[in-house]
Amino acid sequence: MSFMRSMRALFWRLSAFFRKQQRDAEFAAELESHLQFHIEDNLRAGMSPEAARREALLKLGGFEQTKKNYRDRRGLPELEALFQDLRFGFRMLLKSPGSTAAVVIALALGIGASTAMFTVVRSVLLRPLPFKDPARLVRLYEHSADDKFPYNQVASGVFKAWKNESHGFSDLAIVSLGAEYNLSGQSGQLPEKVRAAECSWSLFPTLGVEPALGRTFTPSDDQPSANGTVVLSWALWKRRFGGDSSILNQKIRLDAKSYAVIGIMPSWFTYPEQRVQLWTPVYHEQSAKDMEVLDSHDFLAIGRLKPGVTEAQATAELSVIVRRLHDQHLDDPFVSKAANSLPLLDDVVGDIKTSLYVLLAATLCVLLIACLDVASLLVARGAARRKELAIRSALGGSRWRLLSEHLVESLLLSAAGGGLGLLLAYAALQWFVATRQDISRIEAIDMDAIVAAFILGLVLLSALVAGIASSVKISGDQVLSALQESSRSHSAGLERVRLRKGLLAMEVGLTVMLLIGAGLLLKSYGQLRSSSLGCVTDNVLTMRFSLPEEKYAQPSQRVSFFESLLERVRALPGIQSAALVRAVPGQGYAGDSGFWIAEHPPLPQGQGQYALARWADPGYFAALGIPLLRGQTFDEKARLDSPLQVIISESFARQYFPGEDPIGKHLLTIGRRPFQIVGVVGDTRFTIAEAARPMMYFPIYTSLYGNVPNEATLAIRSSRDVTSFAVPGQKLVEQLDPELAVSDVLTMDQLIGKSTLDASFDATLLLAFAVLSLLLASVGLFGVLSYIVAQRTPEIGIRLALGAQRGQLLRLTLVDGLKPAVAGLVLGLAGAAVATRMLSSLLYGVQPLDATVFAGVPILLLAVVGIACLLPAWRASRVDPVIALRYE
Amino acid sequence: MPPKAEVLQGTLDLLVLKTLDTLGPMHGFGIAQRIQQVSQDLLCLNQGTLYPALLRLEQRGWISSKWGVSDNNRNAKFYSLTRRGRKQLREEAEGWNQMAAVINRVLKATS
Amino acid sequence: MGDKADVWQGTLALMILKTLETLGPLHGYGVARRIEQTSGGLLSLNYGTVYPALLKLEQEGSIESEWGVSDNNRKAKYYKLTRAGRKQLERETHDWKQAQAILAKFLSAEPST
Repeated sequence: MSFMRSMRALFWRLSAFFRKQQRDAEFAAELESHLQFHIEDNLRAGMSPEAARREALLKLGGFEQTKKNYRDRRGLPELEALFQDLRFGFRMLLKSPGSTAAVVIALALGIGASTAMFTVVRSVLLRPLPFKDPARLVRLYEHSADDKFPYNQVASGVFKAWKNESHGFSDLAIVSLGAEYNLSGQSGQLPEKVRAAECSWSLFPTLGVEPALGRTFTPSDDQPSANGTVVLSWALWKRRFGGDSSILNQKIRLDAKSYAVIGIMPSWFTYPEQRVQLWTPVYHEQSAKDMEVLDSHDFLAIGRLKPGVTEAQATAELSVIVRRLHDQHLDDPFVSKAANSLPLLDDVVGDIKTSLYVLLAATLCVLLIACLDVASLLVARGAARRKELAIRSALGGSRWRLLSEHLVESLLLSAAGGGLGLLLAYAALQWFVATRQDISRIEAIDMDAIVAAFILGLVLLSALVAGIASSVKISGDQVLSALQESSRSHSAGLERVRLRKGLLAMEVGLTVMLLIGAGLLLKSYGQLRSSSLGCVTDNVLTMRFSLPEEKYAQPSQRVSFFESLLERVRALPGIQSAALVRAVPGQGYAGDSGFWIAEHPPLPQGQGQYALARWADPGYFAALGIPLLRGQTFDEKARLDSPLQVIISESFARQYFPGEDPIGKHLLTIGRRPFQIVGVVGDTRFTIAEAARPMMYFPIYTSLYGNVPNEATLAIRSSRDVTSFAVPGQKLVEQLDPELAVSDVLTMDQLIGKSTLDASFDATLLLAFAVLSLLLASVGLFGVLSYIVAQRTPEIGIRLALGAQRGQLLRLTLVDGLKPAVAGLVLGLAGAAVATRMLSSLLYGVQPLDATVFAGVPILLLAVVGIACLLPAWRASRVDPVIALRYE
Repeated sequence: MPPKAEVLQGTLDLLVLKTLDTLGPMHGFGIAQRIQQVSQDLLCLNQGTLYPALLRLEQRGWISSKWGVSDNNRNAKFYSLTRRGRKQLREEAEGWNQMAAVINRVLKATS
Repeated sequence: MGDKADVWQGTLALMILKTLETLGPLHGYGVARRIEQTSGGLLSLNYGTVYPALLKLEQEGSIESEWGVSDNNRKAKYYKLTRAGRKQLERETHDWKQAQAILAKFLSAEPST
């Protein structure tokens, strides 16, 4: 009852916040009528009109006093004071727009960058996968056969054994990586290459995902005798089929074969990689024989742990199975000896973890710098108003009131900076998602309220701490000293200056660390760009295609396709050379093969050796400028049943034929058939970021697996702009086979750019952070020095009047500013020496303690800082002694 | 807080002074007990309100304090009424009576 | 706490409620004058203090106000008791009497010396 009464009163008082003037007027009217009543009574009692009025006012206890008491009761005085502070704060902020803008921008940049980056890291690394009970999902691996690499892919036969014999998993699934289909054009569309995943039917139940439309595979779809079925990704369905659900149960043509569309996955589902457009059942797509291979590690396997079974237990059981298979096939050196596993989340984000953490650390640095900047700017504002505050305090202004004014001002600044920062973060995230489609789980990124709140809170806290730090000085017994100090003292606010210098040194230190990190990454990126692939990269165009197995079942069909394509391309006017190869340098791993050297003693049992394998036409080496070091290239005329030839790379020869001539020797490979070594060519890199590995080349026109490869990359080299051959090249392919789609039409430079995208992206981002912090630090330095100069103007004036040289003053002030910068520099270099170790895995051809970078950064920093100091120093040297002495 | 308690709370000075007047020197706990007893538990004094009141009264010179030993051999601070306190008590009591008289008149008045 | 202002605020509210009960709707001046008069000169009241007290009672819902015209044709704001106010008056009157009884008994105790 009593509670209800006070609640009622509270609402009333809150509502009194509005229409204040009207309420004031009403009460004034009430008081007026009160006085009239009283005056009339007094008149009736015989007083003079004047005395009557005076007595009435006296009795009331004062007109204004009554009004004030009434107002206090009507509203909530505390709330009104707050609003007054807000209004006052706004006025103060607008009074110094320059420093206000500096603080707001510093805050916005800091909050924006860190919120965006935190969001990415949280979304990609920390948030659970959108699968059912994701903690029980694991990715399964075999060890490589030589046990050197514990995360090798899984062989189909090994998976079969796991599936049949293991007990630790409630579900197991297998996916073939990198499958591609030629999706035939329907009703006039161009044929298209689509990235696909061939998966066991169990993939979807293992992950615990449901299709958005239709169904996923059943065990009966997932066998060789079944009819072709396909599940589409949401993106493909929208793009290619207009999001029309009538496509369900319709037939589409993949690699010229007919498949029934049975389901559409939801838009977020793109497992195992972002680019997957459709899923087909792997046991239908691959022959039964291919799904029982023990020594070819081509598959990705995942499992769902049974409740109560740990990952270690389950993996141990898989290892036992692998070991048994190994022991049963001692003659085959490519059967692994052990199994391994990773939680699925770790696996999905593994590749980019380090670079995300580096970016995150950089972001934290920027955030810290922004906080420091805000703090030092606020301290300066506090200092500038110290005198005013001291006077008000001396006049009896309540200290709490002054403190709260100060806090409100800090809060206003933070709110403005924070709001702007959130907008920035949003824009940055949109940009990031658009730019980095290749990052796994990029679709999981969205602005996170928790992240935003966390960072806002952090920055607000720093602003508040700065606000309090700069206003505690006005409380306590220091009022008098503040008054004295600001009236005439050369050591004005010395303590405050020291505080700001300390903050600055920290800022500079962090900036140095960021600059060094960015410098290292940039240099590493430059190394990547300039490191040689081992072949010509200028004006080379590549395009990939693969011949559908159905249509090109006979090896002779493929050979004649290759031949006529090359012939026609080479006939194009302006073409310098053209070649066919499984994969050009820089295009990726693309495949390897085990081998033995026929002329060497047999290797110990169970020990294998392998090298990268490429199929190329005889003109490939000349076309791409890969030097032929010894011997010759493949026989131009050799066709399907010609003698088997192989060309090896320089490092192959060095590693496996030390001190002997490899020409004429034989490699036993691809079905242990003898290939004669006819030539040695220069090394090329399969990826720009790794050193060249031993490589062997087989002639593309001859039979390999008793078959001819159906996939190839066409490389065209020209002396002029090679991109102009893209369309003619595609047309030639279309003339040969209208259904055949070409993919990855890229120049060699683009190809390299693709694999260096990550490095360039990291370096660019880090550089942006570094520039940002350099800017913030110089703004801070500039602010501090300007402040010091302003404070010292009287002193400078006296010195000038006493005959000091202006040049001397310039130097003095400059040194004053550079001191904290140098202190910060030393700190930063020390910090960077430790912190850059974290970067080492991201660096290519650059040491974490690279001398150029470590020397260059201080020079750059000192230059920028020097400029930031120069203006205030110059101003100090221009001080007019007469004005300066009148300054106070 | 019920209004009754509000009124009694407002007369805390008076209650303390009168307690010391009635019982002689007394420690804080004893004062609280006495007030609670006579106010028929309508006024639950906690030390949070009593001790600031005692301090205020002492600052104004109405009571004085010194350490002593209680009946059960415990060290305690004993408060006693000063001469000025006795005078203050008379004034407060008179004030109270006056106010009570006013209120009673208003309450009893009819038009 | 322990402030005589509290006592005063509490008892002033009580007296206002009682006055409005006795006399019916009344303006602020009338309330103040009436309280002073009934005290028979014992109480010297600042009339101004009546207004915050009236406002508080209105905020709490014990009284309500309305502009009206007085006998001599003057516009004035009139206050009147609500039903809740009537109940509050009853309760506070009872409480007051009890508190007063306690105090009276307490003050009548003999000094120890």
